[in-house]
Amino acid sequence: MDLLRFATAGSVDDGKSTLIGRLLLDSKAIFEDQLEAVEATSEAKGYDYTDLALLTDGLRSEREQGITIDVAYRYFATPNRKFIIADTPGHVQYTRNMVTGASTADLGLVLVDARQGLTEQSRRHAVILSLLRVPHLVLAVNKMDLVDFDQAVYDRIYAEFTQFATKLNVPDLEVIPISALQGDNVVTRSENMPWYSGPTLMHHLEHVHVASDRDLIDARFPVQYVVRPKSDEFHDYRGYAGQVAGGILKPGDEVVVLPSGMTSKISKIDLFDKEIAEAFPPMSVTVHLEDDVDVSRGDMIARVKNAPTPSQDIDAMVCWMTTAPLQPRQKLAIKHTTRTGRALVKDIQYRLDVNTLHRDQATNELGVNEIGRVTLRTTVPLLCDPYSKNRTTGSFILIDEATGVTVGAGMING
Amino acid sequence: MQPMSQTHSDYRLSQLDQLEAESIHIFREVAAEFEKPVLMFSGGKDSIVMLRLAEKAFYPAKIPFSILQVDTGLDFPEVMETRDRWVSRLGVNLVVASIDDAIKNGIIPDAAKISRNRLQIPTLLNAIEENGFTAAFGGGRRDEEKARAKERVYSHRDEFGQWDPKNQRPELWNLYNGRLHEGEHMRIFPISNWTELDVWDYIGREGIEIPSIYYAHQRRVFVRDGMLMSETPLNPLREGEVVEERTVRFRTCGDITLTGCVESTASTIAEIIEEVAVARKTERGATRGDDRFSEAAMEDRKKEGYF
Ligand SMILES: Nc1nc2c(ncn2[C@@H]2O[C@H](COP(=O)(O)OP(=O)(O)OP(=O)(O)O)[C@@H](O)[C@H]2O)c(=O)[nH]1
Ligand SMILES: [Mg+2]
Repeated sequence: MDLLRFATAGSVDDGKSTLIGRLLLDSKAIFEDQLEAVEATSEAKGYDYTDLALLTDGLRSEREQGITIDVAYRYFATPNRKFIIADTPGHVQYTRNMVTGASTADLGLVLVDARQGLTEQSRRHAVILSLLRVPHLVLAVNKMDLVDFDQAVYDRIYAEFTQFATKLNVPDLEVIPISALQGDNVVTRSENMPWYSGPTLMHHLEHVHVASDRDLIDARFPVQYVVRPKSDEFHDYRGYAGQVAGGILKPGDEVVVLPSGMTSKISKIDLFDKEIAEAFPPMSVTVHLEDDVDVSRGDMIARVKNAPTPSQDIDAMVCWMTTAPLQPRQKLAIKHTTRTGRALVKDIQYRLDVNTLHRDQATNELGVNEIGRVTLRTTVPLLCDPYSKNRTTGSFILIDEATGVTVGAGMING
Repeated sequence: MQPMSQTHSDYRLSQLDQLEAESIHIFREVAAEFEKPVLMFSGGKDSIVMLRLAEKAFYPAKIPFSILQVDTGLDFPEVMETRDRWVSRLGVNLVVASIDDAIKNGIIPDAAKISRNRLQIPTLLNAIEENGFTAAFGGGRRDEEKARAKERVYSHRDEFGQWDPKNQRPELWNLYNGRLHEGEHMRIFPISNWTELDVWDYIGREGIEIPSIYYAHQRRVFVRDGMLMSETPLNPLREGEVVEERTVRFRTCGDITLTGCVESTASTIAEIIEEVAVARKTERGATRGDDRFSEAAMEDRKKEGYF
């Protein structure tokens, strides 16, 4: 069985949570006690219909306000695939939580309200998904029941979005007209839209090809933890534990340890109590080297002839997530793979206007929920790749040193 | 093991292997970045899976942190036996925080009206503070309950042990932020993305020991609030309640006075998996009295510092 992670996106009230509720309900992934609780709450609130959004809006304040505040993770499986769903909030104030949910997604599901078409927030989310390089995108034109299931409305939004998407990096797009509330084209094909011949949402989710974006060429192994048993039985054991971030590692491979530049050979790879012949992403393994070189957490093991260049000057797209703006000369903590250091903001090259995709070079700061291109100088060299090549070695987070809060998400250019 | 000639699309992990790799990554991150982590161990299936993952993460070294159990005085004896076998096999250090001791030492009030379930919270927080634990692993899964579905893998707790669900830190990719101020701690949920079925599949695959009460057995039970409860002197019968013997098993392990069982003949992991796959009720909804107090019972307890 394989795994597909997907995240919802789109403006507030476009029906994301309702859609997830519908998807879970129609694929029989909702338990009786969960449905009964939601029916009872809907009735108590005097709604005419069962509010399926209550299946994912689990916090008290969300239920009181009828909006999503933070990501809800939900799970369901069909015979061939397990799904991890991140239902994210549409409200602009909670964009940081949308980014959280979308960062690990294989597929982004952007909803638009058929009556409104694309809004600034749906554009912002599409831009974020494309910057995060979420490899598959679905645009769900929702609330088709409120526009008489009119093909013209669908065609118009389709055209508007594809025109916008030409300026983004969207490798794979599917546009599906649905009614989350009534279930049209969610799991079952709609009888109200005979003009639509594409897949239902569920069919698409079950069949979309995953894992095509993994890098199996460039071996990257960020060292997380050095395993030293200090027991009689394993007296000389010294293994480098970590999760493979790219490529395929094999015993006998000639490797270099960065940033020191020392070279050695992989002598063996352990997976718990077994030796394995190959390790590939996202396996968590323990690597052993033939020579007694100095290796510690934060180092990276790569192939001698194919290693990232250590760099202290970082050029990246940054999504800023706190109210105090990001400004030049600001100092922040940075975490990249298993490496931490400090970063100085050298320059804000431009701010991206999410509506027009215009690059505003006049600006000298990034406000909350804004995205821009930033140059940083770091205290330690980062062993990085362009984000477009590797989502693990190409990403970092920025942390406010005073509050300890994660305030920025960075994707390295290259 | 894959021969070299295979194409790239063959380099794929099953979803269970992906979950395992993700959880092991989390254990190693925490062990590397926190001064004094601890694993909160209830003896139930989820904490056993956690312990197994921790064993794998550091093998052949011993697990580099202690395990902590809150002794409610109302735990199933079978669960305690299993706990002791795991502890001795792995050679880990066990810290027990007992509610009775906490009452005796005046750390928490001896209020007969407060349930033992609620008293776990101050007992736990006190143990964390007293021992100076900076990170505490919990076996919570997001599929269990709607408030848990909202929680981060690294879940920040302020100096009062409180969770602020409306103001969680962003958590991107697998870059976890473990920064803390004095007195704060982090709750870590390494099996966040596992479902009940994943846990059973994994227990089956790994062939690891879990408490016998998860398998079908004969038990003297009575019905309370629509749930089948165990006969025990710790939980006196109320008027009209009648005890009878039935073939049952437990879906969760909690406080014996609040955790119900279900009628079942599933006596192997394979039979349990079959049963779980067609279950129409969630494990907590079906058998946990502690979640039934109100619609937001779990969220409220979590805000105060519950597991
Ligand atoms: N008529 C109709 N109403 C819908 C449909 N989908 C959602 N709604 C309604 O739209 C409202 C908002 O739905 P939600 O699912 O909460 O929206 P959301 O996108 O999750 O909102 P946030 O999470 O707060 O951004 C609710 O009243 C839904 O019942 C649909 O297909 N048709
Ligand atoms: Mg919502």
